[in-house]
Amino acid sequence: MAAAAVMVEAAAPTGALWGLVQDFVMGQQESPADQVAADVKSGNYTVLKVVEALGSSLENPEPRTRARGIQLLSQVLLQCHSLLLEKEVVHLILFYENRLKDHHLVIPSVLQGLRALSLCVALPPGLAVSVLKAIFQEVHVQSLLQVDRHTVFSIITNFMQSREEGPFVEELFEVTSCYFPIDFTPPPNDPYGIQRDDLILSLRAVLASTPRFAEFLLPLLIEKVDSEILSAKLDSLQTLNACCAVYGQKELKDFLPSLWASIRREVFQTASERVEAEGLAALHSLTACLSRSVLRADAEDLLNSFLSNILQDCRHHLCEPDMKLVWPSAKLLQTAAGASARACDHITSNVLPLLLEQFHKHSQSNQRRTILEMILGFLKLQQKWSYEDKDERPLSGFKDQLCSLVFMAITDPSTQLQLVGIRTLTVLGAQPDLLSSGDLELAIGHLYRLSFLEEDSQSCRMAALEASGALASFYPGAFSSYLLPKLAKELQRGELDVTREHGPNKCSRHLLCLQALSAVSTHPSIVKETLPLLLQHLWQANKGNVVIGFNDIIAICQSLQQVAEKCHRDPDSCWYFHETALPCLFALAVQASMPEDSSVLRKVLLEDEVLAALASVISTATIHLSSELAAQSVTRIVPLFLDGNISFLPENSFPSRFQPFQDGCSRQRRLVVLLMAFVCSLPRNVEIPQLTQLMRELLELSCCPGCPFSSTAAAKCFAGLLNKHPAGQQLDEFLQLAVDTVEAGLGAGSSRSQAFTLLLWVTKALVLRYHPLSSCLTARLMGLLSDPELGPAAADGFSLLMSDCTDVLTRACHADVRIMFRQRFFTDNVPDLVQGFHAAPQDVKPNYLKGLSHVLNRLPKPVLLPELPTLLSLLLEALSCTDSVVQLSTLSCLQPLLLEAPQIMSLHIDTLVTKFLNLSSSPSMAVRIAALQCMNALTHLPTPVLLPYKPQVIRALAKPLDDKKRLVRKEAVSARGEWFLLGSPGS
Amino acid sequence: MVGGGGSGGLLENANPLIYERSGERPVTPGEEDEQVPDSIDAREIFDLIRSINDPEHPLTLEELNVVEQVRVQVSDPESTVAVAFTPTIPHCSMATLIGLSIKVKLLRSLPQRFKMDVHITPGTHASEHAVNKQLADKERVAAALENTHLLEVVNQCLSARS
Repeated sequence: MAAAAVMVEAAAPTGALWGLVQDFVMGQQESPADQVAADVKSGNYTVLKVVEALGSSLENPEPRTRARGIQLLSQVLLQCHSLLLEKEVVHLILFYENRLKDHHLVIPSVLQGLRALSLCVALPPGLAVSVLKAIFQEVHVQSLLQVDRHTVFSIITNFMQSREEGPFVEELFEVTSCYFPIDFTPPPNDPYGIQRDDLILSLRAVLASTPRFAEFLLPLLIEKVDSEILSAKLDSLQTLNACCAVYGQKELKDFLPSLWASIRREVFQTASERVEAEGLAALHSLTACLSRSVLRADAEDLLNSFLSNILQDCRHHLCEPDMKLVWPSAKLLQTAAGASARACDHITSNVLPLLLEQFHKHSQSNQRRTILEMILGFLKLQQKWSYEDKDERPLSGFKDQLCSLVFMAITDPSTQLQLVGIRTLTVLGAQPDLLSSGDLELAIGHLYRLSFLEEDSQSCRMAALEASGALASFYPGAFSSYLLPKLAKELQRGELDVTREHGPNKCSRHLLCLQALSAVSTHPSIVKETLPLLLQHLWQANKGNVVIGFNDIIAICQSLQQVAEKCHRDPDSCWYFHETALPCLFALAVQASMPEDSSVLRKVLLEDEVLAALASVISTATIHLSSELAAQSVTRIVPLFLDGNISFLPENSFPSRFQPFQDGCSRQRRLVVLLMAFVCSLPRNVEIPQLTQLMRELLELSCCPGCPFSSTAAAKCFAGLLNKHPAGQQLDEFLQLAVDTVEAGLGAGSSRSQAFTLLLWVTKALVLRYHPLSSCLTARLMGLLSDPELGPAAADGFSLLMSDCTDVLTRACHADVRIMFRQRFFTDNVPDLVQGFHAAPQDVKPNYLKGLSHVLNRLPKPVLLPELPTLLSLLLEALSCTDSVVQLSTLSCLQPLLLEAPQIMSLHIDTLVTKFLNLSSSPSMAVRIAALQCMNALTHLPTPVLLPYKPQVIRALAKPLDDKKRLVRKEAVSARGEWFLLGSPGS
Repeated sequence: MVGGGGSGGLLENANPLIYERSGERPVTPGEEDEQVPDSIDAREIFDLIRSINDPEHPLTLEELNVVEQVRVQVSDPESTVAVAFTPTIPHCSMATLIGLSIKVKLLRSLPQRFKMDVHITPGTHASEHAVNKQLADKERVAAALENTHLLEVVNQCLSARS
């Protein structure tokens, strides 16, 4: 007041300003405030003049008038605080602090002013403290209106930028922590969209912002963890976790015993998996925090005492004969051990001897398995830390004991114990320099045995294969000496055996051996031994030295495929595989395609599935080639197909020429699928020689009647190349050629179906890359929906357009696939499909519905949901369609809609109940299942809508309970169970 | 029909031994074949009841070993099911309630043609005979389900765990 009075005496008010002030204070108008602020900003008068003009209203006996006066000043300051000089700031703050003592009606305006001042750059040091002191002294912040509390927080936040919270830690803590834990449910129709989690996270950020809150916050957190409320427990544990990021030993010291006691209790008496998980996360952070704190020379290391506490409370549970609380204890210990290398050392060195002893004390397999699983958990933790010094590695001392335990486990009759044993072996092997050569020889011997286990031990065999792969990458030498010779012998033995007998045992051993060979090919040096073995095996078969059948060839291809996949990470291996395997595979295929050849194996080699398996190997061996190496390869393989140049093939003295694109030899044409696998897997920037000729040949072959396998492969190959070809004149020429070929084919009677397949693949190639012509081609396809001959095929074609291919046009084989192509296709074409449906004659309507179904089915649900309400009437109509593909797709569209849009769906409850119940006795099992899932989803609609139908539905659902298919009964059981609970107490 | 217990006091068996849950039944090619009928077998019945919640622990009957697949007898052609359950302790006052939950679950989930028998594993409960008698009595079961409070507890046991 005094300060204001001094200023008031300084000068007489300016006329215009005087009027504005009067209008605002007395006239209760709002706009003058902005005018005054604008005038101050443009320099017409200073803030000082404003204060002078306000003079009498600031001293008015009526608190409302004083409040109005201060409000004007505060609003001006909010807009002009940057113009204030340091001296003015000092005076204004003095004035405002004084006003905090005023009537409560005035306080909101005073706080606004202080907020404006807290934004000043020219804030002299010490004033922030003074302002906060005054606020906390004069005002009871907790009982202010929400908007005014917000102002106080803004002032604090602004001051926090200058880090002067020092003297107010407790006050600041009090005014913020009173909101903890957040209990907030957004009101219905909340315009702000603030969720509970937003508040929780914001408050947590404040509470965990400074170590200075620790002494107040930690007792509060302990209290809330100990409460009965689940959300409070979770929030407290998560906040503790966040605090550990900024706390050190000093802050935690006094609270460690209580914190540990609370966390231990939550994990031991776990009532909720989430609380357990958060408890463990908090323990992890606590331990990590203690581990990284820098200590003074004379300080006690709290980590040791904390860990000793944990060990003391947990270790005896590991030894109780009934093994209750074994897992919670192990989880606590492993969590602490996972926080730092020191913690890991401390705990492991205490716990491992104990567990090793326990393993021998218990004799039952399932108890031993539990103990070994715990040991495995501790061993895995070792991998997190690297030890430079070999002697420091904590496992070295236990190595022999661990190995003998593992070998006991993998020779135990219990499959479960064997499995844990195999996993433990893998983890031990991953420790650098731990296992000796003798250990490895023994281990590999066991793995070899396990790799040939019978049918009923599938899981062990698979685990052993996986372990072999993992260990071979660390110890290729040992595997090369101890395992590969045995496998090679086994493969040869198989070759000899085949000529004598064809027993089921032999066959399966042969397959198992192939799988073992591919599983172990995880190191380049091993691939150099296994790949020749596999190819040699195939070659022997081809020469007739070995009789092998369809399944064997497929198995060899699968093994080759797996080896190729394992070569991906190493460019040299990749090229080695490509250069070694491809000539061999092409040679075998070319020889089999010779018209003179008639042996059994050669027929097998040209079967659809075998060619597809070979194609898959070729594609996998090409995808990861570098562009330079791929360019080398393409100059050999394309001429092989276009010119019959067989010079790079081994043993290439074939009886006839290889001319797959010439008329007449249908066997040779089939090999185009191998060409497709190769050229469509090349990196995009590899130039393909004789491209124009290749494209023309492919187009011609694609419309060649008589062999759908070859013509489809040619169409796919053409589409794959088209998709990757850069935009430009050449692409346009290829497209024109394709369109002409399609139109000519569709016009002619004999090759309409081939032309349609070509259209489909070309459309797909263009849809994927957003090519402008794709809409034209899609329209052409849509037109075919009402074609009497091709209509159903066109409807199914939409499935192909929307789905992911496995061989060509995939991202893996470098195709141009835009992420949103499905959404785009949906937006561009669904309106036309819907319109087409309404306009179509009755007999072709199902084609439209089916096409639409395929599109909707493949669309990601989150994208589909907002669009579905507009399609709802169509979907309801589609429920009456007799085509089971349409029914299935419609049901799968409606099911999420029932969950996400229950209000809209409630309007159609009568139709939905009737149709779903009808479809629950469809002849198609998949439709019955989907219909029952929809019956289940119906229970998410508002209960009052459903209750009238409850008796009828429960009666009707009794029938599918006796369905002949178990999978249908399962859905009926859960749907009926949910309907029983509707409107019933306890649900 | 159910006497005392469960009124929010101390748990009778606060720290039970917990058993591993069996995974989902793997789907066989036969089950996916439209033509092949799958008969109702012991595993299917066990799958119906194993996920029933215990009235006083946040655990399932399977995790507490109260129900086991070996204690389920079923004959699809003869339309009979017999389930024996084992209370965690011999004086468990929840035994009748657990039996009732199993019975209700089977009533809601099995075709009407089935005759079902739910009883306590012989020799595992102090009032085995009395409990079995109550569970076998159709009228008593029906009357129990008229009781809103009981129905509420049973429904909670049968609700899917969140």
